[in-house]
Amino acid sequence: MTPLSYYLGLSGLLFAVGFAGAVTRRNAVIVLLGIEFMLGAANMNFIAFWRFGASGSAPTGIMAVIFTIAIAAAEAAVGLALIIAVYRHRQTTQLEQMDSLKG
Amino acid sequence: MPNKITFCLTVVFTLSAAVAAIRLRNPVHCALSAALAFAGLAVAFLGLDAEFIAFAQILVYVGAISILSIFAVLLTRGTEVEPTAAVFSRSWITGIAITLGTAAAILVPIFSSSILYKIAPAVASAPVQMIGTELMTHYLLPMEVMGLLLTSALIGAVVIAMSDRPEKKDDSSHPSVTRYPSAESKPATKRDLTTV
Repeated sequence: MTPLSYYLGLSGLLFAVGFAGAVTRRNAVIVLLGIEFMLGAANMNFIAFWRFGASGSAPTGIMAVIFTIAIAAAEAAVGLALIIAVYRHRQTTQLEQMDSLKG
Repeated sequence: MPNKITFCLTVVFTLSAAVAAIRLRNPVHCALSAALAFAGLAVAFLGLDAEFIAFAQILVYVGAISILSIFAVLLTRGTEVEPTAAVFSRSWITGIAITLGTAAAILVPIFSSSILYKIAPAVASAPVQMIGTELMTHYLLPMEVMGLLLTSALIGAVVIAMSDRPEKKDDSSHPSVTRYPSAESKPATKRDLTTV
């Protein structure tokens, strides 16, 4: 069986990649994808700690991940709807051009 | 040992797909690479004996969120960057520095702690029947709240993305035509239609 730290390392690297995408890209859709990567890395941690934890009988980590996946889906839907709404007003999805609060 | 080989292949696949998803120039390619990365994450979940989560990950992330991203990219067509334009923001050096700091803050404690070689208990399984029972007993209230949240998010997404222009009423008989206007050709064609 693979040790716990390998999974935590994968999770940390995936979080870093998602973070880099969220802070360096200009396209808002890719920024949302980076946030989804970060959520997936958090899910990875939940599952790894559940699998290696002492309470193997109660599926607590799995429950947390189920709710996280639901929240991630809701976040993606609302976020992409926001991007489309901004695009309708400003004709852009580049974040550096969305610098005005006035509609 | 084959476990570790499988895991290393999964790590390489997932991370390279994730890096491609944030590095590629075309947003559609980014969304497709992100689907690959999510699939690799699902394989890692399978290696952790969480079959239900792996399949939920495939269904929700690969099936729904990636496709939703592709839809968003295609609905916002006309904003794709020119071959010479920058894909990354002006402050990307700062972003990379913060990212490296974050990665170090996460990875250094992990690989210097005593959990480095913790081996999993032999048996840990969560069959779907047990997950369902838990959802209907211990986690009943969170599940109801989650259903409410998903419903409100769905309605909110529709309301936000809906067109709010005043001439929406006479367009309502052709929602598929007028719901997502492309950049600037729409008013002209509409005027042409009304004059004809």
